[in-house]
Amino acid sequence: MAERIPILRIGEFLLVTIQGDMHDQLALTLQDDLTERIQKENSRGVLLDISGLDMVDSFIARMIANISGMSRIMDAQTVVVGMQPAVAITLVELGLTLPGVRMAMNAERGMAMLRAARDAEGNAIHDNQD
Amino acid sequence: MDLRSESDIVRARQAVRQMAQELRFSLVEQTKIVTAASELARNTVVHGGGGAMIMEPLTEGIRTGLRLCFVDQGPGIPNLELAMTDGWTSGHGLGLGLSGAKRLSNDFEIESAPGRGTRVTITRWK
Repeated sequence: MAERIPILRIGEFLLVTIQGDMHDQLALTLQDDLTERIQKENSRGVLLDISGLDMVDSFIARMIANISGMSRIMDAQTVVVGMQPAVAITLVELGLTLPGVRMAMNAERGMAMLRAARDAEGNAIHDNQD
Repeated sequence: MDLRSESDIVRARQAVRQMAQELRFSLVEQTKIVTAASELARNTVVHGGGGAMIMEPLTEGIRTGLRLCFVDQGPGIPNLELAMTDGWTSGHGLGLGLSGAKRLSNDFEIESAPGRGTRVTITRWK
């Protein structure tokens, strides 16, 4: 098992794909690594692909919520993509609906959401200057 | 199986997944019991100071089920009612470990007293 989850850069965004078994420590390391990369690379958004996770318990859910919240206060959006249906059903029954976390069905739609958020902000700044 | 470390939590999930597959649980049923097992295994390791998980396939008439028992000799839970409350947390997580595991199971039993460890038994029927 890898010690770290790789974080890939795509233009202004960061892409994280979680696969296989999510150890608790791995989840904590990812939170730290991501915040560092957002700052270092001036990222505008994070695409978190969880299609490879066959289970999300309250610990992993907290990691997802933390990443989303931390990126937001660093002025970057997080979109979580690819949650398996069985995982979604279980999460809701567990009592977790991840409020405030943006979700998209797949990576393509997630990327579109990130671009839209970036463009909306760009326009707002432009409007103010006019 | 022993539950002593973080990697044992992952091993417990894998063992429960495999057993649930062998019992031909549906994917949603597998995911529910694996998630419940993950919550309880973490409790055993983090709060119970380590312990064990016992897996037992059940047959009752035409029903098939899987029973999981998590045992530790840790400090025990002084206030069970409080510990079962949604959102109550003693540390990391979201305070949904015990209450969430209960919701994901068909039967749920907990025995605990200060200084005498904790035993949680859950059953999920197919």
